[in-house]
Amino acid sequence: MLKFLFTVIRRDVLLAARRRGDWLTAQFFFVMVVSMFPLGIGPEPSMLRTIGPGVVWVAALLASLLSLGRLFADDYRDGTLEQMLLSPYPNTLLALGKAIAHWIINGIPLLIIAPVLGIQFNLPAEALWILVLSLAIGTPILSLLGSIGAALTLGLRGGGVLVTLLILPLYVPALIFGAGAVEGVFSGTGPEAHLSLLGAFLILSLLLAPWVSAMALKVSVE
Amino acid sequence: MNLYYYASPSTFYPLAGKLIPWFAALALILTVVGLYISFFLAPTDFQQGEGYRIIFIHVPAAWMSMFIYVVMAFWSAIGLAWNTRLSFVMARALAPTGAMFTFVALWTGAFWGKPMWGAWWVWDARLTSELILLFLYVGVMALQAAIDDPRRADRAGALLNLVGVVNVPVIYFSVKWWNTLHQGSSVSLTGAPSMARIMLWGMLIMALAAWMYTIAVALVRARSLVLERERQTDWARTLLEGKP
Repeated sequence: MLKFLFTVIRRDVLLAARRRGDWLTAQFFFVMVVSMFPLGIGPEPSMLRTIGPGVVWVAALLASLLSLGRLFADDYRDGTLEQMLLSPYPNTLLALGKAIAHWIINGIPLLIIAPVLGIQFNLPAEALWILVLSLAIGTPILSLLGSIGAALTLGLRGGGVLVTLLILPLYVPALIFGAGAVEGVFSGTGPEAHLSLLGAFLILSLLLAPWVSAMALKVSVE
Repeated sequence: MNLYYYASPSTFYPLAGKLIPWFAALALILTVVGLYISFFLAPTDFQQGEGYRIIFIHVPAAWMSMFIYVVMAFWSAIGLAWNTRLSFVMARALAPTGAMFTFVALWTGAFWGKPMWGAWWVWDARLTSELILLFLYVGVMALQAAIDDPRRADRAGALLNLVGVVNVPVIYFSVKWWNTLHQGSSVSLTGAPSMARIMLWGMLIMALAAWMYTIAVALVRARSLVLERERQTDWARTLLEGKP
């Protein structure tokens, strides 16, 4: 069972590593979206510090959505996905493995880029740590919930826009708690409450999302 | 009488046809009575003046917006579990009405908020979660519309519907869990309501009217969906072409 999970993860990470162009697009998208805000709003440092956490988080949501299109689509097109679903292992594990691979490919780089962007937004060191921590707990949620959307819209015309419509409302709690944790550092209430809620949300999505997205895959492929 | 008898499209279709006029008439009568109470019998509120009368639309619409989503989720779950065609039809028929009520609740809320809070919109927990409910309705409808194969559209929509249902308790309890600008409920099942009896009656009658309207409209929509999907079958052909 675990071996199957690792095989799925390893395969997706390898495929991404061999097609770096695809993979880097989402990361640069993240950087660029965040950089647009100071240009649009103005470089006032105190203003940037207030909006910084929220902007980084919203950009992380969008970057994760952008890369969701390819989560199942390539395997679906060449028929690999159907064969994987026919394997004797539970489909939930396949969905979980795909989501974890998506997080390794798209989530972890965001964690590394985010502090640099945070500095651009004039965030103090303590807030930078919390930002990275909140993204570390939050980005797996984005991959897990996103896998549901990717599975539901598999092979549809205009699936990319549709997945945004379906999944963004579900991302809202992660956004509120994630950005709220960093906000807590500024306001003095501390980030613990928001981080705990974010952790609870992660556990909940870890339990339910692979199961739902396995069901969605079955619906879409049959 | 066997309840499952009406779960078949061919028996549901004429039954729905017979029920629609009744529910539509009830909706009309209750709306007239409810509006009469709300505008002529209910006294002016001593704090909010005449503006409070918006609640006679706002509260029933907000109730229905949540309730319809739960009913949709119920039909979706039944459909996924037992593979019944009619449950998916019901879930699909309810969605536009639910979205409409969500929009009405938000819109009337804005009209109420401007004179009472001094703002059309605040990012308060209840308003935000109701807005997300509207997005969820739109998402379910967009997904169903994007998939051509009705079987897949039904199932995909039902799954998304069930995922989104976690939002409903969040809306309902948002005024209790967080200290929000939106006031708490004035009506509860256990305690005495904190409003004049006649106001409560107006609100309840309007809620019932909204309920009857929903049933009537959903049945009309379900009927046309059934007819569209069953167009290959004998009974639908007989009905449409008027010959056996």
